[in-house]
Amino acid sequence: MAHGPAKGIRRWLFATNHKDIGTMYLWFSFTMFLLGGFFAMVVRAELFEPGMQIVRPEFFNQMTTMHGLIMVFGAIMPVFVGLANWMIPMMIGAPDMALPRMNNLSFWILPFGFTLLASTLFMEGGAPNFGWTFYAPLSTTYAPPTVNFFIFGIHIIGASSIMGSINIIATILNLRAPGMTLMKMPLFAWTWLITAFLLIAVMPVLAGAVTMMLMDINFGTSFFDAAGGGDPVLFQHIFWFFGHPEVYIIIIPAFGVISAIIPTFSRKPLFGYSSMVYATAAIAFLSFIVWAHHMFTVGMPIAGELYFMYATLLIAVPTGVKVFNWVSTMFRGAITFETPMLFAIAFVVLFTLGGFTGVMLAIAPADIQYHDSYFVVAHFHYVMVAGALFSSTAAVYYWLPKWCGRMYNETMGKVHFWVSFIGFNITFFPQHFLGLAGMPRRYADYSLQFADWNMVSSIGAFIYGASQLLFLYNVIATIVAGRKVSDPKIWEGAEGLEWTLPTPAPYHTFSTPPAVK
Amino acid sequence: MVSRAKRLVRGGICALALAPLMHALAAAPAAENSGGWGLLNMPEGVTSVSREIHDIHMVVFWICVWIGVLVFGVMFYSMFAHRKSRGHKPATFHESTTVELVWTIIPALILIVMAFPATRTLKELYDTSEADLDIKVTGYQWKWRYDYLGTDVGYMSELATTQASVYGQAPKTQFYLEEVTEPVVIPVGKKVRFLITGADVIHSWWVPELGVKRDAIPGFVNETWALAKEPGIYRGRCAELCGKDHAFMPIVVNAVPEEEFNTWLAAKQADAAALRELTEKTFTLEELMAKGDEVYGRSCASCHGASGEGIPGAFPALKGSAIAQGPVADHLDIVVNGKPGTAMQAFGAQLSEVDLAAVITYERNAWGNKTEDNIVQPADVFQFKQER
Ligand code: HEC
Ligand SMILES: [Cu+2]
Repeated sequence: MAHGPAKGIRRWLFATNHKDIGTMYLWFSFTMFLLGGFFAMVVRAELFEPGMQIVRPEFFNQMTTMHGLIMVFGAIMPVFVGLANWMIPMMIGAPDMALPRMNNLSFWILPFGFTLLASTLFMEGGAPNFGWTFYAPLSTTYAPPTVNFFIFGIHIIGASSIMGSINIIATILNLRAPGMTLMKMPLFAWTWLITAFLLIAVMPVLAGAVTMMLMDINFGTSFFDAAGGGDPVLFQHIFWFFGHPEVYIIIIPAFGVISAIIPTFSRKPLFGYSSMVYATAAIAFLSFIVWAHHMFTVGMPIAGELYFMYATLLIAVPTGVKVFNWVSTMFRGAITFETPMLFAIAFVVLFTLGGFTGVMLAIAPADIQYHDSYFVVAHFHYVMVAGALFSSTAAVYYWLPKWCGRMYNETMGKVHFWVSFIGFNITFFPQHFLGLAGMPRRYADYSLQFADWNMVSSIGAFIYGASQLLFLYNVIATIVAGRKVSDPKIWEGAEGLEWTLPTPAPYHTFSTPPAVK
Repeated sequence: MVSRAKRLVRGGICALALAPLMHALAAAPAAENSGGWGLLNMPEGVTSVSREIHDIHMVVFWICVWIGVLVFGVMFYSMFAHRKSRGHKPATFHESTTVELVWTIIPALILIVMAFPATRTLKELYDTSEADLDIKVTGYQWKWRYDYLGTDVGYMSELATTQASVYGQAPKTQFYLEEVTEPVVIPVGKKVRFLITGADVIHSWWVPELGVKRDAIPGFVNETWALAKEPGIYRGRCAELCGKDHAFMPIVVNAVPEEEFNTWLAAKQADAAALRELTEKTFTLEELMAKGDEVYGRSCASCHGASGEGIPGAFPALKGSAIAQGPVADHLDIVVNGKPGTAMQAFGAQLSEVDLAAVITYERNAWGNKTEDNIVQPADVFQFKQER
């Protein structure tokens, strides 16, 4: 080992080591998760019973908007970049990421982007209040003056994502150990390779959308203003051309994580590796051509509705293949239920439930009733929280011992799992009922027939929220004083290059490439 | 080997038993509008479209349930039977092209089966031809306007629940946030076409029981339709985030028998004529203030505050405002024509001359505001509108 980390703050500010940068991404994302979670608590507290008790409607809208933006861009996207930074070089036998300085930059602009975004909470006119989907003209003509901060925040976050993606692609394509062909790569590397291409394709589209908003707001253009000859629906097409791939950007790396964990704890190789790769690629491709299923009520011509309905239904096929493969991996394995496995199993079950409601939502005529109701809120929290968040939680439990050479407290991990799992379902399952019964999303207040299930949902949210503090405690306790482990292979059934490295993983790994047969 | 097969069968039976159980659960709360806990499913509604939607919804739902039972059945069986703690030794198989093909093709076939009824319903939903009645629906921040095309009947429909009730100073009654100043009235058994548009931001007109949800987009007119088969009061809501009071712009549809509808429409026409006459009358300050207080509370207070204090950074205060205490023409201009590019709408088309005169007079005298020309009469408003 040539040298260890720099001392003090310089280690982090000037970090070029993939493990340090990965760590920073993970902590950053957890901080954002707590902040976004806090906003969600405000929302659920206000919705605890009918009437406005805690906040005013205008602030409520700021809370829902900031919750969405922070969770999507601040918590979920960075957590997977953090995992990619840590794990991809170790999984493919590379010494580091291909572009370490860009790696530093792509991380360090993030805190600035989010400070810009969050600072609007303290400004006159308040934070963005137009929903995380920021439809024009609510987000342009009718936006609070702080919208410009939001726009620049998005630009910075987008730039960070693009740099992160370039780095991941360059690493995977160039730095694999000799003998590691693409089709021998761990699925996590595959899913990230595909995700990175998605990101590079759609982040510029998002940048275009917010730039058009900037022009409309400040420079007198009318891209989205009907009065000036523009088209508010154009905004939605552009947004969802970004937004639909975005949801796959969030979930595809999660597929990679689950495909690593389930075989380990089933002690059996992943079933259908190559079909997993093809299914992921198919999902990524389809994600580009289904965007207007978010817009079934805007009044598209019927041909458009039919096309987007059929194309969307198609996505269920490769998604189904993935689920069947995971289940087949477990089938006739020798299963144990450590915390990462518990989260992974919950992922498969709950993500599949989210997939079912996704199929229902794809049915255009039925979506007339579901659209913009709590049914949609339930659907996407099943895929985002139980999908993306559960899988990243699983990933942290799975790899944490490797990272720091200390074992987390298994009992506390299991408690965290069960409380999260139960809290999550108490929160979001009743939201299906609320939506079907007619409660629209983004409502600061609601009529009396929705009171019962809303209260249940709020109670669940508080439980789920509180359980995350347990997670924080468990992670810190592990890092500081966890039981020391030194076996390279932490988990009996684990396979892959990362488990050939010493535990804890040294600062520099694979300075000479390993041989892969 | 035999015992494994037995176990498999037993596991399968357990899993399959789950589905009927769920059937029973879903059927249990049949008393739909019992409210609260019983509200679990989409209403069937009172139009052919809403019923077809409900049927597709249920079919797709049950398909999903059965697939779920199968997939999770296998999974839970493995979790139970193939545990390391029970001494199960892992198998080593890890691929099978046949199996992959099977679970690609079968789901694809199921999806095709679902697509047929969906296509049929969608076609019906899009067939807006040959309507008996056209109603234009306009979404405003935060109320709806209904215009009966071909007549001069048109009115705003706003939340009737009071702020006091929202903020807990008054009790919440049965139709809390589901009551409006005036419902939209439609005849039963007639095909009503809704022409939906937005005046400011995008709203969405959603009435679950009519099976209608369509976005109200500024600059576009969207068409949809409903034919209510049963008389009744159907309550709906704005479904697209439209700003601060998104949750406070409900929809109430009153479907009545045809004769009743005709009587109602005739009465509304007569009202419109009477209102035109009132425009000529000269009111006292007290009358205008009383009326203005009411109009202000209904149409302006949501932005400018109950006592004219506004919301800093978003909506200006009218208490002490230069316009409210300046020349009448400027005050008329901003209220009648609004200010394009801001949330201040053109109220000229929303409020009657009498209401406009009253609310402007009110703003010029309330909250300690003082000015020379403190009274504005309906005739002044009428004249101002003519000059434009
Ligand atoms: C949807 C929110 C909204 C509603 C409802 C609303 N206003 Fe306004 N109003 C505004 C905004 C925003 C402005 C500031 C426009 C600008 O930028 O000059 C404004 C400005 C005004 C002004 C000028 C104030 C000044 O000193 O510049 C007057 C007068 C006024 N409104 C009267 C009314 C009246 C009367 C009503 C009810 C009939 C009403 N407003 C309803 C949003 C609203
Ligand atoms: Cu609205």
